[in-house]
Amino acid sequence: MTWRIISALVENKPGVLFRVSNMFRARGFNIESLSVGPTEEQDLSRITITINSDEHTTEQLVKQLRKIIDVVDVIRLPLDNSVYRELALIKLKAEDPTTRLEITNLVNVFRGKVVDISKRSMMVEITGTPDKIDAFKALVEHYGIIQLARTGVCALPRGVVHE
Amino acid sequence: MVEISGAKALVQALEREGVEAIFGMPGGANLPIYDELYSSSIRHILVRHEQSAAHMADGYARIKRKAGVCFATSGPGATNLVTGIATAYMDSSPIIAVTGQVPRAMIGKDAFQECDIVGICASITKYCFQPMHPREVPEVVKKAFYIAESGRPGPVLIDVPKDVQQESAEMVFPEIVKVRGYSPHIEPDVAQVSRAIDLLLNAERPIIMAGGGVHISGAFAELQALAEMLMIPVVTTFKGKGVFPENHPLSLGPIGMHGHAEANKLVTEADLLFAIGSRFSDRSVGRFDEFGRDMKIVHIDIDPAEIGKNKQADVGIVGDVKVSLRIMLKMLASRMIRKGEGEWESNQWLRHVREVREYYRSIIKDHPREVTAMKALKKLRELLPADAIVTTEVGQCQMWTSLHFDVISPGTFFSSTGLGTMGFGFPASIGAKVARPDVPVVDIAGDGSFNMTENSLAVSVLENIPVIVFLLNNYSLGMVAQWQRLFYNRRMIGVDLKGMPDFVKVAEAYGAQGIRAESMDELDKAIRRALSSDVATVIDIPIDPEENVFPFMPPGKGLKDTIVAA
Repeated sequence: MTWRIISALVENKPGVLFRVSNMFRARGFNIESLSVGPTEEQDLSRITITINSDEHTTEQLVKQLRKIIDVVDVIRLPLDNSVYRELALIKLKAEDPTTRLEITNLVNVFRGKVVDISKRSMMVEITGTPDKIDAFKALVEHYGIIQLARTGVCALPRGVVHE
Repeated sequence: MVEISGAKALVQALEREGVEAIFGMPGGANLPIYDELYSSSIRHILVRHEQSAAHMADGYARIKRKAGVCFATSGPGATNLVTGIATAYMDSSPIIAVTGQVPRAMIGKDAFQECDIVGICASITKYCFQPMHPREVPEVVKKAFYIAESGRPGPVLIDVPKDVQQESAEMVFPEIVKVRGYSPHIEPDVAQVSRAIDLLLNAERPIIMAGGGVHISGAFAELQALAEMLMIPVVTTFKGKGVFPENHPLSLGPIGMHGHAEANKLVTEADLLFAIGSRFSDRSVGRFDEFGRDMKIVHIDIDPAEIGKNKQADVGIVGDVKVSLRIMLKMLASRMIRKGEGEWESNQWLRHVREVREYYRSIIKDHPREVTAMKALKKLRELLPADAIVTTEVGQCQMWTSLHFDVISPGTFFSSTGLGTMGFGFPASIGAKVARPDVPVVDIAGDGSFNMTENSLAVSVLENIPVIVFLLNNYSLGMVAQWQRLFYNRRMIGVDLKGMPDFVKVAEAYGAQGIRAESMDELDKAIRRALSSDVATVIDIPIDPEENVFPFMPPGKGLKDTIVAA
């Protein structure tokens, strides 16, 4: 079992995400994360999927994705030759100045940002690989996580891609 | 440019596709389309249940090897199609289902007869369209046929909101369409074909497993030429039954849960399996982990996702079966390879194949009665012309057909092999008869299955589409009963149909011909009468409810565990 990234270019129209996610469900593929967004072309969206699975399952998932008519292209992104990032928003309990200072220091080390602050909480934004976000989360867990939201991985291959 | 309505554009687009018949039922949400059908040259065949409309379109498609078309209204009309669409999907059959939908402004409001048929059909169609503007209609229809018929065929749904049918727009009817995310792999990689040939030639005990892909691509002649050129015995999957003449010396018949015993045995003894247009279904190969462990596998399929889905192939060829086999035959010819009949004596594997086949054919035991399923089917074969089209219902009747009815002319047999839909055969036979009115069409049925869609008798009689229902009547849900006898300690429940209804009277009530055949002599006469009849005939053949189907590979077991007889 290895962690893998799959990137699919799909038609940007209603029902496509449903068809893709429905295929995962119907064929029993377990997805770790999935993110969707616009691309350089107006009528195409990119779906980035991460899975934790073996080679055979990954190959099948790629083939089944390609089979969906609205999926225009599917590539597997090698981890060592791709840039991949995830964004997390984490709201932490922070009721006293010492805690706030500690959290702020940790956020700086992780090159994150404090994006909201209230009397009893702080919200921080961390961007990076899923590992980095996991590491940050582990460091701040003991302060008390009130809410957490992650975007799922967004990725592109390095260098120029030739069609 | 003149503006026309979405409904008119739809019907005109269907005419442009050469559609000759539509199987359907009108309702509130597709009335504008029906109003356009009024003045169209396309024949409309009114069904009595939408499920049957989909099966008819499916039967038509499998024989015509072109898309069949069915119509239904929104809501329940559309959901009634679902079983038929799923059946076509599992068997890669191209049907175009056109459903009415509530007007655009009502979608999502839980309107009367509204249902999200596009959502429901996502996993049982190749694609779904829902044109939201009338000007999209011509292109949608063109794309629907292209997607349904090309590559690995399959059903396509077109869900048209009622106001899109009514509203007018300037229409452009495209001659060619492109679908960006879709390009079927037709041409195989020649290097892979060459590798496959090397494996075939180096094998000591090669066997061909021919599947439904041979039927879909119409590669009957190519398959036979290949088998004869290399003298390789041929088993088929059940979907592939009849793609190779079953009276050919190299034919071993279907493998699988109710495959021929010799086919099940020999396929496990081969050192090379050449799977052609087959998807290694559990029903054919039993256990994926056990099947093919000690053999090399060469696999051709047009769907890349089938290569390695259930079984890893040593050589995978993605391409159209007919195109691929033609390339293979050319390469073999250029290498001057041609084996002959002499192989039956000189080749140890072929000698073994012949011995095994003779052995298993000699130990086949029939049920002790005058009229049995086996004898009835052999009689049917004897009297039916070779080019007659045969389909089946699902259950024991289907498996007896697999075992005891030889398909001689390739491409004349089909059945609901993937989804296993009871009630499929009769409406599908009507569709097949529309595709080929010049040959007899027979549905080999059981009482349980026929009972599900027998109301299509009205369609057969009123539309003058005479087919023959060859009803092996054991007054029960026979296959379930067989499992209860064999695996549930004879705790019989929910299987006794008690001879209800009287199918001769049912046939007569619809104006069809009903004949009961209680002896082999009566059966002989009944088949002859049916073949010369102008109306549909139901031949009701009472058989013993205790008659089992053997051989039988128990569920969850492998082909080597096939039980040959009780």
